[in-house]
Amino acid sequence: MIAVIIIIVILVVLGIIFAGLYNSLVGRRNQVDNSWSQIDVQLKRRYDLIPNLVEAVKDYMSYEQETLTNVTAARAAAMNAGSQGPQAQAQAENMLTESLKSLFAVVEAYPDLKANQNVLSLQEELTATENKISFARQFYNDSVLTYNNKIQMFPSNVIAGMFNFTTRQFFEAPEGDREVPKVDLR
Amino acid sequence: MYEQIRRNRRASWLLMGFVVALLAALGYAIGAAVVGGTSGGLGLLGVFGLAAIAWSLLGYYSGDKMVLAVSGAHQVTHEDEPQLFNVVEEMTIAAGLPNVPAVFVIEEEAPNAFATGRDPQHSSIAVTRGMMQMLDREELQGVIAHEMSHIRNYDIRFATLVGILVGMIALVADFFLRWSFWGGAGRRRGGDSNDQAGAVLMVVAIVLAIIAPLAAYSVQFAISRRREYLADASAVELTRNPLGLARALNDIAADPRPLRHANRATAHLFIENPLKNKKTKEATGVFDTHPPIRKRIAILLEMAHAGPEDLSSGRGATALPPPPAAPPASPA
Repeated sequence: MIAVIIIIVILVVLGIIFAGLYNSLVGRRNQVDNSWSQIDVQLKRRYDLIPNLVEAVKDYMSYEQETLTNVTAARAAAMNAGSQGPQAQAQAENMLTESLKSLFAVVEAYPDLKANQNVLSLQEELTATENKISFARQFYNDSVLTYNNKIQMFPSNVIAGMFNFTTRQFFEAPEGDREVPKVDLR
Repeated sequence: MYEQIRRNRRASWLLMGFVVALLAALGYAIGAAVVGGTSGGLGLLGVFGLAAIAWSLLGYYSGDKMVLAVSGAHQVTHEDEPQLFNVVEEMTIAAGLPNVPAVFVIEEEAPNAFATGRDPQHSSIAVTRGMMQMLDREELQGVIAHEMSHIRNYDIRFATLVGILVGMIALVADFFLRWSFWGGAGRRRGGDSNDQAGAVLMVVAIVLAIIAPLAAYSVQFAISRRREYLADASAVELTRNPLGLARALNDIAADPRPLRHANRATAHLFIENPLKNKKTKEATGVFDTHPPIRKRIAILLEMAHAGPEDLSSGRGATALPPPPAAPPASPA
């Protein structure tokens, strides 16, 4: 009788531990998915902002049409790259970031533009969006790290194996992101 | 981090319990001394205890609104202050918090900032106008990251409660001391036989009235210094840029103006002591609410592998903003 009770108690305790580990794995996985979609939200916001910026500066920049075309082309390429896998998308997004950096550098050279309230506020919005993208990626990587740790470490790895939880890929910054871009103003 | 959240939750409950007990004891002492006898003591014990419980609940649910009102902060939207709002949004994303805190501005020149609320879902960040004007984007990011860490750690719940509850103890004790000073105790009812016991209780009451705010204040001082170091470190974890916060703190330290809207009950909430006690500028006393700012800057510089020469604004920029300055015109 007592033995039966002890066995039941042990089973119940094991069940509770099991459920706790399983739930925390699911929670971590959802956090990874959610933080990935946060990146997408910010990328879309950047696509929406760029046409406004191009519209605002194009009349002032008679000699810099090439910079503007670059930005527009990079935006279109980035929007299309979404369907070609994360690696291609990361590369295209990086191109877009670079083209925006050169556009802002050019804006610096036009006193009229630098004083234009509309351009200034668009610049602030794009800067903020760039930052949000990189912070969202940073948080995604942090989430992936904790999730992968849970999958690989004992005891949650036992449950991860039973229910097919698989490790996720980190977002790796493209090579260009690691160095400060050099912009030639002339 | 989870350890810190648990500790803050526990500390918040302990603090509320402690304050209710302290005020009940204070009530007993005052009641016994003024009204006389245990019945008077028990009566005031009940009154004070209930009032303390009510005030604790009020502090828990509306403490943030009270602190913001006392600080003269008004809420702003993205349209009002785009940059401040954007930086808050950036740090919310970096911290992975579910929603963006409400953003407030205090119209004062002295640079300072604080966060309040009871959890990340009910949180606010307030920044002074002087802070926004003085700091560049990177520095502001460091400051907001520091406040975001307080929110993420649930420091805000504990710190807001400390402000509300400590403020109340000081108020009650002050009131009683002033009242007894003006001879209120002389009009005590009760016969001559009670006189000696009354005198003893009177002394106890005064001692309690002096000790109570002191005890409450030292809780406030002891807790907030460790939290500041921790929030500085977490801020760097969010921005990955120790220099931004280091430069911001350096600018804040250089500014001698005290914040008019801060008082002893809210001082510990701010990123740097808003009262700027002139006498004890560099001393690290028991009653300091903040660690010495020089030490905080030194720790941040060490993280950045940088020296004091990197503190001058505009150097060591790493992120996209601002666009690279024009290279010095030195063609060969």
